Amino acid sequence: MNMPAAPAKPPRKLGIKENYALLTRGLGWETSYEPMDKVFPQDRFEGIKIHDWDKWEDPFRLTMDAYWKYQGEKERKLYAIIDAFQQNNGQFNVSDARYVNTLKLFLTGVSPLEYAAHRGFAMAGRNFRGTSARIACQMQSIDELRHAQTQAHTISHYNKFFNGLHDYPHMHDRVWYLSVPKSYFEDAMTAGPFEFVTAISFSFEYVLTNLLFMPFMSGAAFNGDMATVTFGFSAQSDESRHMTLGLEVVKFILEQDPDNIPIVQRWLDKWFWRGYRLLTLVAMMMDYMLPKRVMSWAEAWEMYFEKNGGALFHDLSRYGIRMPKYHEVASKEKDRLSHEAWGTFYNYTQAAAFHTWIPADSEMQWLSQKYPKTFDRLYRPRLEFWREQQAQGKRFYNNTLPMLCQTCQVPMFFTEPDDPTKICYRESDYRDNKFHFCSDGCKDIFDHEPEKYVQAWLPVHQIYQGNCFLPDANPAAPDFDPLAEVLRYYHMQVGHDGHEYLDSPDRRNWEQWTGKPGVAA
Amino acid sequence: MSVVALKPGYTGEIKDRVENFHGKQLLYIGWEDHLMYCAPLCIPVPADLPFGALTAQIIPALYPAHPDTAKIDWSRVEWFRSGRPFTPDPARSLADNGLGHKAALRFRTPGLNGIEGSCS
Repeated sequence: MNMPAAPAKPPRKLGIKENYALLTRGLGWETSYEPMDKVFPQDRFEGIKIHDWDKWEDPFRLTMDAYWKYQGEKERKLYAIIDAFQQNNGQFNVSDARYVNTLKLFLTGVSPLEYAAHRGFAMAGRNFRGTSARIACQMQSIDELRHAQTQAHTISHYNKFFNGLHDYPHMHDRVWYLSVPKSYFEDAMTAGPFEFVTAISFSFEYVLTNLLFMPFMSGAAFNGDMATVTFGFSAQSDESRHMTLGLEVVKFILEQDPDNIPIVQRWLDKWFWRGYRLLTLVAMMMDYMLPKRVMSWAEAWEMYFEKNGGALFHDLSRYGIRMPKYHEVASKEKDRLSHEAWGTFYNYTQAAAFHTWIPADSEMQWLSQKYPKTFDRLYRPRLEFWREQQAQGKRFYNNTLPMLCQTCQVPMFFTEPDDPTKICYRESDYRDNKFHFCSDGCKDIFDHEPEKYVQAWLPVHQIYQGNCFLPDANPAAPDFDPLAEVLRYYHMQVGHDGHEYLDSPDRRNWEQWTGKPGVAA
Repeated sequence: MSVVALKPGYTGEIKDRVENFHGKQLLYIGWEDHLMYCAPLCIPVPADLPFGALTAQIIPALYPAHPDTAKIDWSRVEWFRSGRPFTPDPARSLADNGLGHKAALRFRTPGLNGIEGSCS
């Protein structure tokens, strides 16, 4: 009988640095049965040249065991707080029921992007031939899945008490305004892996994410929503890792070969503009939807983009990178963006999964102070007219579908950079068809890759093609109601999920259940 | 290069070809200086629709809630096709007036500048 060998001395425990080096360098190998180009077929076609993958530095040097330990701790804290929030009926401590509409926007518009990011980083992680890049993408992919999950778990509690939260993944894939975030992410995911990480890790996570998370999380804190603040905090430490990674990715690509510089610059131009158009929803949320406001969109843009972003691009100028094209247009639009967007949702709230309303007098006063150049002159008259109409029982709804931008898919409500009273129209002719855009930024993106964007699934056109009805709908029937049928296809309940806030069951329930006014003074 | 793709010769399907609209074509209509209706509107129309039907029925019905709608004097309206001024012939069809599928038609109503002159 064989005797077990005398137990050897237990192997020395590896230090974090050594552990990380083995994980990100030691686990990779040059394939020999198949050429590397066949194993990694997608990391060359974009034109990016990489000479030395070992130059990829992950500043956090996170190993798998450390990763699981940290993430596990974050989860335990988060769920303890959410449990307490639920048991104490925390949903009734928010400023007023209008606030919950920001959560509806977040859950239907942003949370599915977390899931999309999970998928996108999983694909990028498969497609890079550098091991450390693959590991970084893999961890971020798992982070993003966690974010999607914690957001769904947190907000699901609100679904028991408020309308519009009941079917967010279904809506994300169909509803007209949700095609804006959806198409943004799908544009990134259908690009090559380098464009994907430049778009999401750098342009979005690094340059613009403060303009998404800060308003939602500070907004939640200001408005008494501790559950959302908690998932925000839980995600924040991941976000700081993602941001650092985003900057490293871009520096790595730029340092590898001078031929990479113009390609990266084009991506920065494109993804700045696409990200900025997406943030239109945030602008409106900050200025109109939070009953207690944190700061105005214009102030946030000045602080987070003009100042911080300006400093970042100044640093990158040593690589030959300049400010993204049309950043000056974004600055010109900062005094109108939120007003134009809110006006649009006010027009079409009968087909949205959240409510709109006319700001109270004190809120109009705030808007007028924050936007002295535009609010009283351009936007107050229409809000007051709408309020008057509503008082006469004629709440305004726009019953005709709007023209959309072929690239960003936002209704064409943006105005000329130098004239806030004129809609900005741009168009291109391609393969005997006309295509329309809201801006030079969106037109440039189309003109560079028309074969991609001619395929856009534009909700308005899809409705007119008859593709947004359930199979049992009969467009030939004499009493066919197209709007009602589209809402049925969206899984929206007429009279509950959309329309005017003052007329909504959300408001009535809030007043009945809390004894507090539906509009906090 | 009209797309950056993995395989050479990649082309995309044009999703909004006129054949997909059941015998109609799309027309975009924008009313200048009237942004209460937040964006240009998109409607399906037959290509042989006489232009005059737009002013007689279709356009007024698109803007029922605007206080300026009833005040429009169609004889004074200025028209723009893809941003350039033109003079439509009301008796002829949209196609004969150069308005094909996905044409952008804008009109300006001199003297009417929206709610309290705010271009709303």
